[in-house]
Amino acid sequence: MKSLAELQAIKEKMKGSIGLREEDKNCKRIVVGMATCGIAAGARPVLTAFAEEVAKRGLTQDVMVSQTGCIGICQYEPVVEVFVPGEQKVTYVKMTAEKAARVVEEHIVGGNVVKEYTIGASAK
Amino acid sequence: MQELSLNILDIAQNSIKAGADLVRIEIEIDRAENRMRIAVIDNGCGMDEATLERVVDPFYTTRTTRKVGLGVPFFKMASEMAGGQFSIRSAPGEGTAVEATFQWDHVDRMPLGDMAATYCSLVMVSEGTDFVYTHRVDGRSFTADSREFRAVLEGVPLSAPDVQAFIRDYIRENTEEISGGAYE
Repeated sequence: MKSLAELQAIKEKMKGSIGLREEDKNCKRIVVGMATCGIAAGARPVLTAFAEEVAKRGLTQDVMVSQTGCIGICQYEPVVEVFVPGEQKVTYVKMTAEKAARVVEEHIVGGNVVKEYTIGASAK
Repeated sequence: MQELSLNILDIAQNSIKAGADLVRIEIEIDRAENRMRIAVIDNGCGMDEATLERVVDPFYTTRTTRKVGLGVPFFKMASEMAGGQFSIRSAPGEGTAVEATFQWDHVDRMPLGDMAATYCSLVMVSEGTDFVYTHRVDGRSFTADSREFRAVLEGVPLSAPDVQAFIRDYIRENTEEISGGAYE
């Protein structure tokens, strides 16, 4: 059974490795829509997948995963917006956990938008 | 919504938007009484009487970008179609309490689903809000309290991956333990 003693050990291990992330202009942001429409369409596993993928690649200092409400395109949920400083916002639609992993790999790390998942490709 | 834990995630989002710094999530299952109760209680800004009367109406929302608000009506429907009752109590400045009951063995009662995932999602993205989740089954209970977690962590964020994994397993294992069976 897990106990708080185990959490204590996690803290000891991580203390020092956690630099306070500066909420500065250089931080990339991944924003998951978590309103009723998003949640009903499957946003919870998408949020988890982004957080895990970012962590797995050791990017937690450079990439912020956060949530927002409904942005008004409910039929495309789960919707995820990616903000890279100096570039145009990219809106990904009908996201899944699998697609999230690819967006982190190709867009966040590689710098190439995964065009086929964007709202532009989907609306055609 | 396919599981009640998603309704709970959705309702708790309203508490975050209401500026709550403490949200209590209570699940009580009493198999002998054939009853389940789910409550989401916050200390956010609350609502006046006129707003309170309208929140169960799908064609009411505080948003201005669209005309429907389905979160509360979905949760109410989930409860009523499973032989339960739904209520909201609220007052300006005093917070809001949303409560739903369910007939445990009702054929239309949705599964509770992955509460560990709901709790982890909530604490991952809401640094300014604490969540106290109490799960009771037939008189046995356990609590996950983000204030306790933060006290141990001393600044290590709840969103840290190892911490998230800990909280997820903590909730799963304790739920199994008090339920005497596999995690739902």
